[in-house]
Amino acid sequence: MADTQRPLSPHLQIYKRQVQMMTSIVHRATGIALAVGSVVVVAGLLHLAAGEDSFDHFRGIIGSPVGMILLFGWSWALFYHLCNGIRHLIQDAGAGYAIPQFVRSSWLSIAGSIVLTVLVWAYVLTAGGAA
Amino acid sequence: MTARDLRNPLKTARGLGSSHSGVGHWWTQRVTAAALVLLGVWFVATVLCLLHADYATAHAAVARPWNALLLIAFVLTMFWHAVLGLQVVVEDYVHTRWKEVVLLVAIKFLAVLGALASVLAVLRIALTP
Repeated sequence: MADTQRPLSPHLQIYKRQVQMMTSIVHRATGIALAVGSVVVVAGLLHLAAGEDSFDHFRGIIGSPVGMILLFGWSWALFYHLCNGIRHLIQDAGAGYAIPQFVRSSWLSIAGSIVLTVLVWAYVLTAGGAA
Repeated sequence: MTARDLRNPLKTARGLGSSHSGVGHWWTQRVTAAALVLLGVWFVATVLCLLHADYATAHAAVARPWNALLLIAFVLTMFWHAVLGLQVVVEDYVHTRWKEVVLLVAIKFLAVLGALASVLAVLRIALTP
């Protein structure tokens, strides 16, 4: 893999699993997923601009079972990246660096993302089914 | 450097490092993140409001000046933030130089293309009567 001569840091298998390590890895993973998901935002706008038939076609795709599953995944990724991103901004400001706070805020990011995802999808499903 | 070389070593080092610009990436990523906290929440709320809207309603909503403005701001900030984030991921995990450079350039090309396409789409919606 690496063609570099400099030493590399020990890889993941070396470390004990900790929640603050998982939140960091998942933050990157959701960031990559959201970058891929930006295609849906662009596609939505292009189809809306292209006319009614085009837009209905787009809604048919994102309203299909596969589309809904992907949207569910992306909505959780967005809320996780949002919650944990706010956590990182607070840490960048210099707060919350004690280890117990670090662990607690990690769980808070996870819980916040789940609560927001459940609330949004409860609204989506009770407001009358698929988009 | 040979013993006869009287030039200051700084001459060959200047411009190669990240001095004066090293924190630019870090700061821009945080500023776009802060903007995306607001714009992202607004975007989700807007999409949820248009959940069952028909084409004409959705079109009219995006065409509203504030919505069009915020939508363009959201898309540009999103792609900017995505480029900065993906750049760090590639730099961290792709250790073969040519692959790293190809990926970094490809990400920038795709992000600019996506951002321009989105802006054109919003303008087309906003400026179509």
